[in-house]
Amino acid sequence: MTDRLGIVTSASLDRGVEVRLDTPVSVEDMVVGRYVSIEGQKRRFFGMITDVSLGVTDPRLTINPPDVADPFIAEVLAGTSTFGTIHVSPMLTIGGDAGSLLEGPQPVKTIPGHFSVVNLASEQDMELVFGKEDKERFHIGNPLDMETKLCLNLEEFVKRSNGIFGKSGTGKTFLTRILLIGMLQKSRAVNLIFDMHNEYGWAGTSEGGPPVKALKQLFQSRVAVFTLDEENSRRRGVSTDFVVRIGYDEIEPEDMVLLRQTLNLTELAVEAVYQLRRRFGRGWIQNTLDMEDPDEVKQLLEELHIHESTFQSLKRGLATIRRLPFIEPHAPVDAVGRVLDHLDRGLNVVLEFGRYRDITAYVLVANMLARRIYAQYQERTEKAMAGGAAEPTPLVITIEEAHKFLNPEVASQTIFGTIAREMRKYNVTLLVIDQRPSGIDTEVMSQMGTKITCLLDNERDIDSVLAGVSGKSELKSVLARLAPKQQALIFGHAVPMPVAFQPREYGSAHSYKDLVTTEQVEKDIEELWG
Amino acid sequence: MNGSMKNKIAEVIEASTTQFTAQCYELYELPPLGSLVKTGDIYGIVAHAETTSIEPNRKPIARGKDEASEEAIYQENPQLLKLLRSDFEAVVVGYREGDRLYHYLPPSPARIHAFVYLCVNEEVREFSQSFGFLNILINARLPVPSDELIAAALRQISQAHEDGRKFLVAAGKELAVLLSGQYEQLKSILGRLR
Repeated sequence: MTDRLGIVTSASLDRGVEVRLDTPVSVEDMVVGRYVSIEGQKRRFFGMITDVSLGVTDPRLTINPPDVADPFIAEVLAGTSTFGTIHVSPMLTIGGDAGSLLEGPQPVKTIPGHFSVVNLASEQDMELVFGKEDKERFHIGNPLDMETKLCLNLEEFVKRSNGIFGKSGTGKTFLTRILLIGMLQKSRAVNLIFDMHNEYGWAGTSEGGPPVKALKQLFQSRVAVFTLDEENSRRRGVSTDFVVRIGYDEIEPEDMVLLRQTLNLTELAVEAVYQLRRRFGRGWIQNTLDMEDPDEVKQLLEELHIHESTFQSLKRGLATIRRLPFIEPHAPVDAVGRVLDHLDRGLNVVLEFGRYRDITAYVLVANMLARRIYAQYQERTEKAMAGGAAEPTPLVITIEEAHKFLNPEVASQTIFGTIAREMRKYNVTLLVIDQRPSGIDTEVMSQMGTKITCLLDNERDIDSVLAGVSGKSELKSVLARLAPKQQALIFGHAVPMPVAFQPREYGSAHSYKDLVTTEQVEKDIEELWG
Repeated sequence: MNGSMKNKIAEVIEASTTQFTAQCYELYELPPLGSLVKTGDIYGIVAHAETTSIEPNRKPIARGKDEASEEAIYQENPQLLKLLRSDFEAVVVGYREGDRLYHYLPPSPARIHAFVYLCVNEEVREFSQSFGFLNILINARLPVPSDELIAAALRQISQAHEDGRKFLVAAGKELAVLLSGQYEQLKSILGRLR
């Protein structure tokens, strides 16, 4: 059997298992992140290779190296005096008896005995751990160097807020698209996507390739594209379902808190917003901006104890908001109502920002809409709890540049912070996409169920993603060695153990067929059997 | 039987549990250093050989001053063949009991006057299927440096194998395990295997 790697030479639950490689196994074939199974006497263990090293039986060998130019000496010493070792972090075990086989893999609480045989995990092993593609499980990719399908239980996945992280250009967007398609097909949840870069609605870009199809092209009947910039959408040939307009009267002081950094407002200016809102009611922006008469302004400022310069800085900020083309004194149609209407019908909503990619617009709109949608959900869930109505469809809100909403300064005040912390109580969860996870509040990070991360190389980002995960230092070495593209590490609630994987192909005609046929087939089966 | 008769080379003149000494029937017809020999059911590896005068007190004297060649000395003095003797020592490395070979010391030593045979290739191959004898050689108290003897034995045995190099690599690996703490010794043996 070529899959045999070696034997366990030492182990500790805390530090992991040392495996000495057999002679024919080359150290160079061992890569960090691969899966192995360890055959203990009573149970099997699954673990991940987290380190590879070289060993010698005699330290003099390293001080006075043998003449390896002689192939004979090199051959003799390989595997005997010099050998390879791998470090394995055990993660799951399966007991040998029938009962524990039914229970499936359990977290490790013990270690394999001395000299237990270590094999490369087989396809069957992986299937045992990650399950087969079925009604709830969606094939998201393949574990590194393996043919096996890595399947994610999406029904479980959407029960918690989740995060996708990675440096720019590591494939976060492709991964998100795959996950969104998965959720669309395999879970009951509907998605609301704040699509800052117009990547998810109709078509997305791919580095150095033709544009790839996005959700609406693949699932015409399940996806609605909303836009803030109708002209831009039309130019890109996107058929939109609704043009979102925001009224001044819909902007609340809480929205301004989030914009403090982007609009360069002072603490006092934000304080003033609350006062102005109390004074003028819903029309506060309009009223504030319309105030031209110096006497009137002076009187107002004196009454409210607002400093003149604070007021001016606030006014500048508000003027920036007013310049956003999708902002109108009063919105003709209630955007939130429309969004909810679509979500209720089980349609996924992608909100495109068109040309308005600056962070002010994104933060403002995402926060406003999410807050009001969440309020609706909260109300409905509470009603359902009281027994009055059906629970609303679970909702997943996807946000990009999440550190703008969830940084420690604002996380406690924004709606996204609340959603992340209160989790699924009200059937709303987040899918957070970000390239600077260290910028996200630690409390929010700790509440995330499943994290998927592409390559990160900033030490602080890595630390914040892995905070609180067992076997952190081992995962760190796996994470730091992911390929810069199309490789990711997933861990947390929805997977039984961390796994480094290669996301499934996305972008070729054949990949679309694969993604769509599974849905079509399932639909047909459902229709056939009722 | 004919084959063994042909290989009958010597007779045991001194024996202990760990080694035996044999005198060759023909002067200078010594088995090579490190070759596998057997007497009765006992196997030994030739560890040392010497040619001396039969009388310990009478040293040979130089005779070739007027001879043209070394051969001529022996032709002129045929008595020399009877006055000199070739002896060799062999380290006991195993024995046979019934069909089985054991790579450790036999229950009793060889008998005096027992015949000593040089093992044929087939027998060498059978004996060297296991490397248990290497451990005996490493630990034996030998008249020659053990590095030299182990290397010589392995070279000799490898000649009986079709794929000599493969045998040497396997033996080398075994040695690397046995000598895991004595890298210098391992290095010197491996250096002598080429």
